[in-house]
Amino acid sequence: MTPPLAWYLGLSAVLFAIGVLGVVVRRNVIVIFMAIELMLNAVNLTFVALARSLGSIDGQVIVFFVTTVAAAEAAVGLAIILSMFRNRETTNADELATLKW
Amino acid sequence: MSPLIFLLLAALTVVSALTVVVHKNPVHSACALVLTLCLLAVFFVGLDAQLVALLQVIVYAGAIVVLFLFVIMLLNLQVETRAMAGALLVGSAAAGGVALAALIFAALGRTVAPAAAVPAGFGETAALARQLFTAYLLPFELTSVLLLVAIVGAVALARKPT
Amino acid sequence: MADAAITAAKALFIMLLVVQVMGLGVFFERKVSALIQDRIGANRAAILGFAGLGLVNTLVADPVKFLLKEDIVPAGTDRVLHFLAPVLSLVPVLVTFAVVPFGDVLEVGSRTINLQAADLNVGILYILAMVSLAVYGVVLGGWASNNRWSLLGGIRGSAQMISYEIAMGLALVGVVLTYGTLDLQAMARAQGHLLWGWLPAWGILYQPVAFLIFMTAGVAESKRIPFDLPESESELVSGYFTEYSGSKHLMFMMSDFVEVVLVAGLVTTLFFGGWQVPYLVRDGFHLPWGLALALPSWAVALLQVTSFALKLVFFTWLQIVIRWTLPRFRYDQLMRLGWQGLLPLGLANVVVSALVIVLAAGPAA
Repeated sequence: MTPPLAWYLGLSAVLFAIGVLGVVVRRNVIVIFMAIELMLNAVNLTFVALARSLGSIDGQVIVFFVTTVAAAEAAVGLAIILSMFRNRETTNADELATLKW
Repeated sequence: MSPLIFLLLAALTVVSALTVVVHKNPVHSACALVLTLCLLAVFFVGLDAQLVALLQVIVYAGAIVVLFLFVIMLLNLQVETRAMAGALLVGSAAAGGVALAALIFAALGRTVAPAAAVPAGFGETAALARQLFTAYLLPFELTSVLLLVAIVGAVALARKPT
Repeated sequence: MADAAITAAKALFIMLLVVQVMGLGVFFERKVSALIQDRIGANRAAILGFAGLGLVNTLVADPVKFLLKEDIVPAGTDRVLHFLAPVLSLVPVLVTFAVVPFGDVLEVGSRTINLQAADLNVGILYILAMVSLAVYGVVLGGWASNNRWSLLGGIRGSAQMISYEIAMGLALVGVVLTYGTLDLQAMARAQGHLLWGWLPAWGILYQPVAFLIFMTAGVAESKRIPFDLPESESELVSGYFTEYSGSKHLMFMMSDFVEVVLVAGLVTTLFFGGWQVPYLVRDGFHLPWGLALALPSWAVALLQVTSFALKLVFFTWLQIVIRWTLPRFRYDQLMRLGWQGLLPLGLANVVVSALVIVLAAGPAA
């Protein structure tokens, strides 16, 4: 017996909630980024589970695109963090909060 | 995938996701993220999505998290002393997270997705490629442009100002 | 139940085969390097006077020495990561052998057993995935050593590995275009076809450029000379695994040699027919001038497995000879070769292969 669809969606909901928790609570911007990746993967799980349940391959195609966009976003985001670190010498979100010197 | 294996792997996934979010050492968070991604790839295989599972390992676990690790090592981030926000924010965020999960669980009880029969060759490379290069051709080409822009942008941002 | 037992037996067989060839590779490393450098090599360790040309030294004394050494963890390191790094270096490379076929089929009673431990229809992507995971051993090994030269070796090593993964992937795209499948057993079987009635259609005839790119990228992935700057025995002591002793050092060295055997295994499967013996089909030899020799199925399987093992040994030997002949690349030369040399060449190979396939298939395709 394969697990019912609701179990997969439930797991995805829990992972998404953990990701949201991470983004709100942690102060290190890199860990915030990792929590964002966790949220994206929770959504990937939802898409794949629904693709299997509905018998349509479109869900997996969308996961392919989500993965690619996440890769692009991670590269650019980490480059931004690197250049901010060069200026401010910190990765704490509280201290990076204002744009002025 | 039998329900028992699903429950075991799901428990492990939730524990490693919590480790990503809670642990004070960023390198340990990154390793926990790799574990979470590989476990999700196992779930994808159980859902007849073999190609997507391996792409997940190659791209996410094998490239993106390596990039994270490189940045953590370049910036030489140590174990943090002030890792989390104040207690009030943590409490309200935890409450919000629980509320979000409860809302989704409540919604789950009302949706009954039809369990359609899966066509032969579902989740294999040929089926995915057929869809990707016919119905989703424009997003595919735009994604390649997006990746080019991201590469150029990342190199421009991360260069040392001369 | 029986299926699980058969799969377990196949997995055990391929792992034992790999470890034997790896042991042979270690012995060759000592002796072939000695012959190339016009010396004798290690041959002093002996059991009851039997030194066996250095076999006792390399295959008995060395491993025993490694296993009995004290496991030193430097102060101030992260103990969890220090323990995890050799595991993450060794396990992904060993696991990759699950998709390498070592024979065609074995008929036992009423069962036809496919001689491949895991019959994945996306076998090539599985190999790329596991090779991507092997990067973590290097990067965490360098970080967990609390030693800035190890960290330097680790970062350089992982940057090199992820650069050459791309060249490897592009070479594999050319091969996938030629055979139209991602399954390694299907590719090995397709190489039994005879061109013009007498020439076995091995992959090297269809994709010579991809063979060169893949071999170069494979040697770079396993960080052997000429690409061994992360380890650079004469400069960084041992690079990213300097601070490892005893069993952990043994695991890192094992992962080095198992990767050599892995590259050998992939090169034989993709480009040299895998387990194919020329003119051998499932019921015996069918020679091109008409002679046919019938053989029982177990003899055919034995011949095929032997041919696979011999090809593995040959390509392991070839990589060892390359190691002891060529000088080391400088780091910028290495990265330039990967990104500005192999990557455009791989792309050109994909384009030309696709053109040739479309034109050769004719207007019906």
